[in-house]
Amino acid sequence: MNWGSFADFLAMGGYAFYVWGSYGVTALFLLIEVVLLMKRRRTLMQRLLRLARINREGGYESKT
Amino acid sequence: MQLFSKAFWLQFSSPKAFYPFAGKLIPWFTALAAVFAVVGLYLSFFVAPTDYQQGESYRIMFIHVPAAWMSMFIYLVMCIYAGLGLVLNTRLSNMMAAALAPTGAMFTFLALWTGALWGKPTWGTYWVWDARLTSELILLFLYFGYIALQAAIDDPQRAARASGLLAIVGVINIPIIYFSVQWWNTLHQGASVTVTQAPTMAATMFAAMIVMTLAFWMYTIAVALVRVRQLILERERHAAWVLELAEAEK
Amino acid sequence: MMGVLRWLLWRDLTLAMRRKAEVLTALFFFVIVVSLFPLGVGPEMDTLSEIGPGVLWVAALLASMLSLNRLFADDYADGTLEQLLLSSQPLPMVVLSKVLAHWLVSGFPLVLISPVLGMQLGLDWESLVILVVTLLLGTPVLSLIGAVGAGLTLGVRGGGVLLSLLVLPLYIPVLIFGAGAVEAARSGLGADAHVSLLGAFLVLALLLAPWGGAAALRISLD
Repeated sequence: MNWGSFADFLAMGGYAFYVWGSYGVTALFLLIEVVLLMKRRRTLMQRLLRLARINREGGYESKT
Repeated sequence: MQLFSKAFWLQFSSPKAFYPFAGKLIPWFTALAAVFAVVGLYLSFFVAPTDYQQGESYRIMFIHVPAAWMSMFIYLVMCIYAGLGLVLNTRLSNMMAAALAPTGAMFTFLALWTGALWGKPTWGTYWVWDARLTSELILLFLYFGYIALQAAIDDPQRAARASGLLAIVGVINIPIIYFSVQWWNTLHQGASVTVTQAPTMAATMFAAMIVMTLAFWMYTIAVALVRVRQLILERERHAAWVLELAEAEK
Repeated sequence: MMGVLRWLLWRDLTLAMRRKAEVLTALFFFVIVVSLFPLGVGPEMDTLSEIGPGVLWVAALLASMLSLNRLFADDYADGTLEQLLLSSQPLPMVVLSKVLAHWLVSGFPLVLISPVLGMQLGLDWESLVILVVTLLLGTPVLSLIGAVGAGLTLGVRGGGVLLSLLVLPLYIPVLIFGAGAVEAARSGLGADAHVSLLGAFLVLALLLAPWGGAAALRISLD
């Protein structure tokens, strides 16, 4: 075990800013990518539903 | 035995068939990514010993090196898909190439970011014009070009082919760029700091790095599959099956 | 075949000569950018001769990129390009002749004026010779790589800025060895290795870029 206490773990031997700055930003970016993908899927589905409704109601878009 | 038949694989090259198949794969890769991440983080923080030279700051290596590896690996895979798309004219491989690019660019940025934060305590400065960092920066520019070209062309078919050609031109140039930067760096050695890897790496450190790489890799596959499914829906939005699927998932 | 290509080259050059503005823009741009550096950095000759090789090469690179988006644009707009695509002429040769015309109009004048600018930045005689040689070998490579980018961005909105984004990273090896050669000559080391590598780049670009440019045009005009 490398760490005496939780505070020790957080301090990272004095390199807290660099280590947590790296890990934090990496985690943040991965999270942002996932959230953006989820948001994109939601808007995409709404758009497809609208398209489907137009098709059903005999809109200008022909069914293929 | 069906794994070895050509027909078994070809059926997935149609976007319609690939969509549900990818959907089934995503949870598995997500789970694998999570497991590898937990194990990898445990190894990086609790098993790998403190470095006698760099102290705890070297723990940045466990995400820096995997991110750098992934950035190059993703570019290569992207080019293979783009090449397949150009030669065989398969829409799905073009979409896979497009789906990988944003994640590749992200890992390139993260490699640079963590490299800078690792550089400060190690070399006393956030940025050095080291050959590896400079090549990574140029790789980021190549990703930007690919994404920008794809975004600028409206016709998806032309966008895919044009950016595919660009990716291949880029991959031919990467060895030349890397070699030039290396040469340039040795010539200007006096001004910059020599960057050397830790000379002896404990086995646990190496293991942590490999497991973190696997975590990033599985994450990349999961995210690319999610994105390629969205691209399929977007580009096939006039097909009946897409609309039926959207209504079924409501 | 050669007849048509010679005609194409001649036509491009005549058109360029009629619109002198385009020829002169690249040249003036080169001269002005290089002249801005002493004003920004200060007039000390030691500093200037130290950054001189890099400044001259970066300026030459930007200047030759300036007119790149016009490489195929006019022929695309008036339909000539489509005719060439349908004709029996091998498309890579067409690209090569257009690149040659582009280089003669926007690259070669830079080579000619560069010794004057080099002197302004305090480069010695030997470095000036190497500067001219490297520009002579390097600027055609820039035009050749640029042709692929120009083909890909043909008719794309915001094409000019996009083109520089695509092409600049690919210019880096030429920049490194071009500026490196002049720097090596200035500091008394031999520039032979740099120059021969630039020559190798030129051969490689001559072999590959016309095909890349042709493929790009086919994609854009499909």
